[in-house]
Amino acid sequence: MSEFPNTAKVVVIGAGIVGNCLVGHLARLGWTDIVLVEKGPLPNPGGSTGHASNFIFPVDHNKEMALLGEQSANQFRGFDLSVDSGGIEVARSEERMEELRRRMTSAKAWGIEAHMLTPAGVQELVPFINPEVIMGGFYCPTVSVVDSLETGTVMRKEAIETAGCQVFANTEVLDLTTDDAVGPNGRRKITGVITDKGTIETEHVVIACGVWSNRIANMADTYIPLVPTVHQMADVGPMDILAETNNEIGYPIIRDMDTFCYERQSSGSMEVGSYGHRPILHHPDEIPSNEEAALSPTEMPFTPDDFDDQMETAIELIEMLGEAEIKYAINGLLSITPDGMPCLGELPDVENLWSAAAIWVKEGPGMAQVVAEWMTYGYPRVIDAHGADIARFYDEEKSDAHIWARAEESFIKTYGIVHPAEQWGDRRHLVESPYRSRQEVLDAEFFQARVWERPQWYNSNADLVERYGLAERGVEWDNRWWSPITTGEHLNMRENCGVVDLSAFQIYELEGPGAVEFADYLAVNKVDVAVGRSIYTPWLNHDGGFHSDLTMMRMAEDKVRVVTGVFDGGRDDFWVRKHMPNDGSVTFTNITKSVTTLGLWGPNAPAVLGQLTDQDLSQAGSGYGSIIDVEVAGVPCQLFRISYVGDTGWEIYTAWENGPALWDALFEAGREHGLRATGGGVYGSSGRLEKGYRLMGAELESEYNPVEAGLARPKVKAADFIGKEAYLAAREAGAEVQCVTLTVEDQTDSAGQQRHMMGGNEPILTLEGERIVDSHGRVSRVTSAGYGPSVGKHLLMGYLPNELAFAGTDLQVMYMNELFPVKVVGPGSAFDADDSRLKS
Amino acid sequence: MRILVCVKRVPAPGAKINVSADCQDVDAAHLGFTTSPHEECALEGAVQLVEEHSGEVTVLTLGVGEAEEQLRYAASVGAGHAVLVEADSNAWDPQRTATALTAAIQDLESSDGPFDLMLFGNESADSGGFQVGVRVAHALGRPIVNGIKGIEVSGDGASESLITARREIDGGFEVYELPRPCALGVMEGLNLPRYPTMKGRLASKKLEITTVEAAAGAGGQERVKLYRPPETVSNTVVLGTGADAAPAVVDVLEELGVL
Repeated sequence: MSEFPNTAKVVVIGAGIVGNCLVGHLARLGWTDIVLVEKGPLPNPGGSTGHASNFIFPVDHNKEMALLGEQSANQFRGFDLSVDSGGIEVARSEERMEELRRRMTSAKAWGIEAHMLTPAGVQELVPFINPEVIMGGFYCPTVSVVDSLETGTVMRKEAIETAGCQVFANTEVLDLTTDDAVGPNGRRKITGVITDKGTIETEHVVIACGVWSNRIANMADTYIPLVPTVHQMADVGPMDILAETNNEIGYPIIRDMDTFCYERQSSGSMEVGSYGHRPILHHPDEIPSNEEAALSPTEMPFTPDDFDDQMETAIELIEMLGEAEIKYAINGLLSITPDGMPCLGELPDVENLWSAAAIWVKEGPGMAQVVAEWMTYGYPRVIDAHGADIARFYDEEKSDAHIWARAEESFIKTYGIVHPAEQWGDRRHLVESPYRSRQEVLDAEFFQARVWERPQWYNSNADLVERYGLAERGVEWDNRWWSPITTGEHLNMRENCGVVDLSAFQIYELEGPGAVEFADYLAVNKVDVAVGRSIYTPWLNHDGGFHSDLTMMRMAEDKVRVVTGVFDGGRDDFWVRKHMPNDGSVTFTNITKSVTTLGLWGPNAPAVLGQLTDQDLSQAGSGYGSIIDVEVAGVPCQLFRISYVGDTGWEIYTAWENGPALWDALFEAGREHGLRATGGGVYGSSGRLEKGYRLMGAELESEYNPVEAGLARPKVKAADFIGKEAYLAAREAGAEVQCVTLTVEDQTDSAGQQRHMMGGNEPILTLEGERIVDSHGRVSRVTSAGYGPSVGKHLLMGYLPNELAFAGTDLQVMYMNELFPVKVVGPGSAFDADDSRLKS
Repeated sequence: MRILVCVKRVPAPGAKINVSADCQDVDAAHLGFTTSPHEECALEGAVQLVEEHSGEVTVLTLGVGEAEEQLRYAASVGAGHAVLVEADSNAWDPQRTATALTAAIQDLESSDGPFDLMLFGNESADSGGFQVGVRVAHALGRPIVNGIKGIEVSGDGASESLITARREIDGGFEVYELPRPCALGVMEGLNLPRYPTMKGRLASKKLEITTVEAAAGAGGQERVKLYRPPETVSNTVVLGTGADAAPAVVDVLEELGVL
């Protein structure tokens, strides 16, 4: 063994599947001077990798999870440490059968072979199941079983051999050190790792510590929101029919989805695993050491009472399990996060401290590659990983109370049927707008955006349903978390006007002699405009893909305001602080909770506002894109003439404490103009979709550039900005695909019901039913969907190759495993294409 | 045959066992619990005997309420009745335990008649007192042999048949014949205990456990404190790799006087 080093370029902590693959990928990307430390022994240090069931079901509705799962499966295959056993998800209820049809749709989107099976068809592949208790199955032949420990060993050895990676097992990290030179960006920098073998000064540290990750993060006074959670597993056997296969895995894995169990052959035995028991959570400090653990630290003593119900249901499906002996059973630990997604990327408050945590074996190699690329290129290249970005969390999400409550609520959803719009039951109203009391009077239906509560619609507007002759949707799934009131609010806004609570906008101010220059460095479009003017602009990563998409306002000679969406607030806050000069020429202030925003839109909006201010509200006095200081009903405000919903109006900014007075004044003035409180269903969905406005995280991802998104301006500014070189190259190359709007021409399914796609990655297909994939492997899929009340059609957005991206092209969309005809509108708007309403 | 098996709930082996801050108990934070391994064999032996000769197995434990887990485990592998002699702590000494068990057994036998055979573990896996079985058998006036690794019931198992028990000694076995009712202290190696089946586990949940309060005065021993003995640290010296290591190995073997 080599001497314990004093210095290293990078120290990776943890040699499970993630840490091992990470050093391997870093080596492949040219990193040297890598040290891997692990508190346990090798090759099985005692973390979650060592007891994983090691199977990969590649179909997931979530794009990041599906594509990284598939990518990981292929890495395992590349080492020849993987077997395609096949796998079947079986249904015991009609609701689950519908979910399996939804699975078929996602399988089609990601190009994964899958088949629906009858109960007899399931039995043909797995002769020992009881077909009487199931209604059908979803079969995926490329479900694989992998050797995660050996794969880790191979990757680690590759790093040792090709990059001289030094590995120290049985080495416990005692502390992390950072500098204390906090400048205007508010960030410290990682400087070292103190272990029981010695101290290493280092430039980068990666936390790949699985269930212990937050404990290690806490050593640097930062936080990785995950909680170690029990997943019970019992190994039962032997059973002759399994032993006779002479194989580790000879039959497809069964996921008995409605009982939250799986049955996976392991040589002559069956592993029965469960996500159906009560949530059993542990603090990292409760996990025993290797010495204190009878099996391993993450294989905690089995609590049989929690498993009994699952046993009963497992025997219903596979009777022979009842007579087999329970040879080994554990409360295995795995990581759960507040939103079900991993924690990847650089910690926002500590420079060069990286998280590669909350990753399961099924996506381990792929996510390790993501982090390695992030460290190398400043952004992951293999996939857009914004949903897994550790910077996405708000402070309110970084507490044990929050992650425990969320884990308690989400554990059962591991095999659950989760609606795309599903709302959390607990930990609500963590951050509220100043209008909460008024919205409660109007019986608002609140949706939570990370930690912010936003009215999605107002039940007080139920009369609009009758006024406009609207109805609930016929299929419960399509109607869930939706209301025809939202359509009523939309039509009222188009006819009269509406007020939208935009308090969840994330607002920052850059100030100082270098503020405008720095703001220009962040943005594609020119920020150095006249004071009182604004721009709408992408922020790109270095590869020219979208990091964000937002508005920036020139508030003063030396002050720029940034307004971004609530789902991107954490990432954008971090992005600014990561890139800002730390020499004092720019200060950064997050003013989100001191400034509140109301949107006022609709043909009557000028009439309403005109009663409350003397300001000339014509395009001459309050032109599109301008921001002006005015008093509205005596309240100091800033009027920003802009619209995300397709009707004229303003975003009105005022101090938080003035919000209620502004709200009251607008509603009083709006009484005779049909003004209604209007929810996020109009702002974020129907209004936006009718105009074809792109949304960060949906249409806009790092995998696409502004040329493809239709957001490239005719000219490129002279100033340098992040991603400029790649952007120029993209402009030179031209778009291969274009972001378009499509209309659903007939929503009737085979049962005669009207169906409503939800923007859940439904594949857009040719008339022959073929997937549409571009030369980069990007598939055409629905990125956003919703009803367009003023268009009278269900609207979809997505990317199509140029040859299909023109008006009138007939295509199909798959939804719940059925095909529906769609027609391309084109890159522009389905409603008011010339923006005459908008700029009136 | 009516067979009684007395078991004890003990920390699962294989892990470093910590002592509570007051030094009066083990720290159970990371521990699973199990049945003493000798007693697992006793239970398996009893189940095999009734499978062969018919009859029923009653399992009995003295312990805190959580010891119900061990009774249900016994039921999951074939015990038909379970009795918890509930104590207020894990600190009962062998004398007090035996007194309480004797009273409980007498009570059981007063209604259903004597057990043909009582099986104890030779000693418990945690405190290792080697006393309880002998004390109970003595109090009940029954013969007992300890260290047993083989049990047979002659004939058809009828009430007059003898029980043959075998224990290992250097170079052979001692074989005892005992009249019924009698008691044996058995050891690991008697058999290979079965694991519960899933159906067995589920059936065990439905078993009604008879709970009686442990009643016995203090015994002669008092727990002063528990402590962990210092760990023995072994040092490993790497002598070399491959053929290069051979001279150093020879040196060591010579030092040890084996060459």
